[in-house]
Amino acid sequence: MRLAGFYGFAALVVLLPLLFPNDYFVIVVGASAGLHAILAVGLNLLVGYAGQISLGHAAFFGMGAYASAILTTRFGWPGLLALLAGLLVAGLLAWLLARPILRLRGHYLAMATLGFGVIVHVILVQATDWTGGPDGLSGIPPLNLSGWTVEGDLQWYGVIAAAMLLAIWLSLNLVDSQIGRALRAVHGSEFAAQMMGIDTASAKTRVFVVSALFAAFAGSLFAHQQAFVSPDSFNLAVSVELVTMVVLGGIASTFGAACGAIALTLLRQGLVVFEDYEMLIHGALLMAVMIFLPQGLFVGLGQALRTGLRRCGLGRRRDRHRSLSTAGVQDPGSPP
Amino acid sequence: MPEQLFQFLLTGITVGSLYALVGLGFALIYNASDVVNFAQGEFVMLGAMLTIALLGAGLPLPLAALAATGLTVLVGLLLERFAIEPALGAPVVSTIIITIGAAIFLRGAALLLWGKDFHRLPAFSGDAPIQLGSATLLPQSLWVLGGTALLVLGVRFFFERTRPGKALLACSYNRTAAQLVGINVRVMLRLAYGLSAGLGALAGILIAPITFSSYEAGVMLGLKGFSAAIVGGMGNPMGAVVGGLLLGVLESLGAGLISSGYKDAIAFLFVLMVLFFEPTGLFGHKVAERV
Amino acid sequence: MNALSPSTPLLRVEGLEQSFGGVMALAGVSFQLDEGVIQAVIGPNGAGKTTLFNALCGFYRPSAGSIRFAGQELRGLPPYRIAAHGIARTFQNLQLFFNMTVIENVMVGCHLRARTRWLAAALRLPQVRREERQLRQWAREALTLCDLADWAEQSAGALPYGLMKRVEIARALAARPRLLLLDEPAAGLNDTETLALRELIARIRASGVTVLLVEHHMPLVMGVSDRLLVLDYGSVLAEGAPAEIQADPRVIAAYLGGAVHYAV
Repeated sequence: MRLAGFYGFAALVVLLPLLFPNDYFVIVVGASAGLHAILAVGLNLLVGYAGQISLGHAAFFGMGAYASAILTTRFGWPGLLALLAGLLVAGLLAWLLARPILRLRGHYLAMATLGFGVIVHVILVQATDWTGGPDGLSGIPPLNLSGWTVEGDLQWYGVIAAAMLLAIWLSLNLVDSQIGRALRAVHGSEFAAQMMGIDTASAKTRVFVVSALFAAFAGSLFAHQQAFVSPDSFNLAVSVELVTMVVLGGIASTFGAACGAIALTLLRQGLVVFEDYEMLIHGALLMAVMIFLPQGLFVGLGQALRTGLRRCGLGRRRDRHRSLSTAGVQDPGSPP
Repeated sequence: MPEQLFQFLLTGITVGSLYALVGLGFALIYNASDVVNFAQGEFVMLGAMLTIALLGAGLPLPLAALAATGLTVLVGLLLERFAIEPALGAPVVSTIIITIGAAIFLRGAALLLWGKDFHRLPAFSGDAPIQLGSATLLPQSLWVLGGTALLVLGVRFFFERTRPGKALLACSYNRTAAQLVGINVRVMLRLAYGLSAGLGALAGILIAPITFSSYEAGVMLGLKGFSAAIVGGMGNPMGAVVGGLLLGVLESLGAGLISSGYKDAIAFLFVLMVLFFEPTGLFGHKVAERV
Repeated sequence: MNALSPSTPLLRVEGLEQSFGGVMALAGVSFQLDEGVIQAVIGPNGAGKTTLFNALCGFYRPSAGSIRFAGQELRGLPPYRIAAHGIARTFQNLQLFFNMTVIENVMVGCHLRARTRWLAAALRLPQVRREERQLRQWAREALTLCDLADWAEQSAGALPYGLMKRVEIARALAARPRLLLLDEPAAGLNDTETLALRELIARIRASGVTVLLVEHHMPLVMGVSDRLLVLDYGSVLAEGAPAEIQADPRVIAAYLGGAVHYAV
């Protein structure tokens, strides 16, 4: 069935905390990976499917986080309302920004989004009265979901896991519909897409807004989970990391983006043991993966697996699961 | 006010020269390969840090600077040979991630070698500020301006009068056609990386006495250099120079007249404004896609 | 869709002007096209043929003139709105969606016939599932018309060149247009493929679509067209039936280069 891969993945996500309820790595790092996955899946819609670039997505992540932080600590708003406000702000800004920015192409677009991200970061650092400046805001109250207060690492794992699965499900649905195809058409050839009746400017704007909403949503969850926000979590390095997750996992693949996010989060955690060598190894690994698996981890390993299975006489000749296959891969099919 | 303006202008041009050189490096590599080399800022950092280290090891300044530049060029060539070349033909996004990985790698190496401390190079000809009317100028700034002018003219000469330079330009206009007329694109690529690394290193050495250098110094510089190249029009080397100067001056004016805390925001706001009115930069090729 | 009165042409172009810088690519082009007709636009390179197409489709903004399609003025509209009026086209430089399979390409072609909205798609509501099946079926029909049914699941970029051009046609047909613009459909095709193309164009006309094509391949043009429009230096040089045009001394001088007769 269409979502076989998704259900398998969901099962894994649910099983993990049951098997390792006290494992820091699984519960805490897993939650962090889950948040990154939401960000990456949203960004992938923009980068992988619609073929745009955003080197400033941490800004939307930060907007959601700070909206929740400021509204709950300074104005006493309930968590869910603050979350909605964060979505509104991020969505509105993305919508306003989209038209002028998405006229740009390639590196110019990268620069514009990068600039936007830096501007937002600078504001977060400088507007001390509102944002608490470089020291950030602490004392964010726990998230209250209609009666139930989310407290403790295990509960947060559950909330984030549910949110991540929702994000993945929504993304898979979008991609596998006429909307998704229209986005991929915009990426494939804007001229042709327009001749099919697709308002490409509008499509690009909408996907930009949707990806911003995903990011803001993750931001609000992050703020409540950490009970603390600071500008350091929303700088350029984070934006770059998010794009890296999408590319690393495999462009134009929802699962690829999620896997890339999880892999990179685990990697960063794993590298901490190397202390001073962390940065060196991080850089080397990044280079190595992109050199040897330019299609990304998910796609690259998937291909390697399929080739291996074929050599052993197992596996199918063609991948028929649309939800798992990656549109970006050229499959050299055989003529009938 | 006018005296202050003049001061800001001077500072702006000095900083702008640095951005111009870094931007030039971006433009060179982009021309040869359609890739934005995010490790460009690291070349600047390496030039400065290596010079400081060699100076500390006992070498006289000119020799240390020369050796540092040579070493950085070597790093650039190695980067091209082992990280970029194996990935030729990969999607552009992947190659960008590779250069990002390289930037992180070089930063990590610098961290290991020299720690998190800030270092400074002594000024080439002393610290006594020069009075220019009501503004002061550091003698090092003259070195920066003079050095930049020389380097830019040198690059210009290289492109317009030498065969390798013209070949490099040919690559940027149409790589396939360049190959067909016998230009070895691989060699051009190496040349581009080597040249960019050298330019970056020299820029770093020139500015090191004025700013503090550390393993992280390359990040913002790389960004500003990239902005300079974009403002000037990606692929236009002289445009990158103009872009860098404009960026430096506007940033300095913004910092002085509006707020120094927001200076980076002002700089990028300028970039966004330029892109809003000129989607391919001030002097960039207007890409007309044939339908 | 507007039903045309018997005397109204499907497409009426009047005084169309298009300049680039100082170059007048189209210097007052006027012609009309009746429904159900296959008309070819020919002329030397640089005569303005593809510019005419791009202007008709909204990729260029003509500086003067009028484009009336089924009674509606199209000049100044963006391409996606012109497409909604019932015009589809193929491109001189192949503009397939290489990041998708053949059938996905054609399903995009059905875009104007689809009703799916973002929220419904994200939630995978029943109507979305129904529409997916419907779109796939429509796409298969278009593919079958173009003899491409066996290639449906292949990646668009993996096909031989001739078949890729046919996919573009299938994709354009999937929108069920009233007018199909073919921009050099025979370019790069060998004789066998060109013959197949000729048959395809005939089938397309039989299904009720009006065809306007730009083409250099004279045997194809003479064999399949009802009318010819000759452009030279951005102006209409001659218009008429193939036999008339072949005999027209002005056309011969400008383009055909000698009184050569092509087997019709």
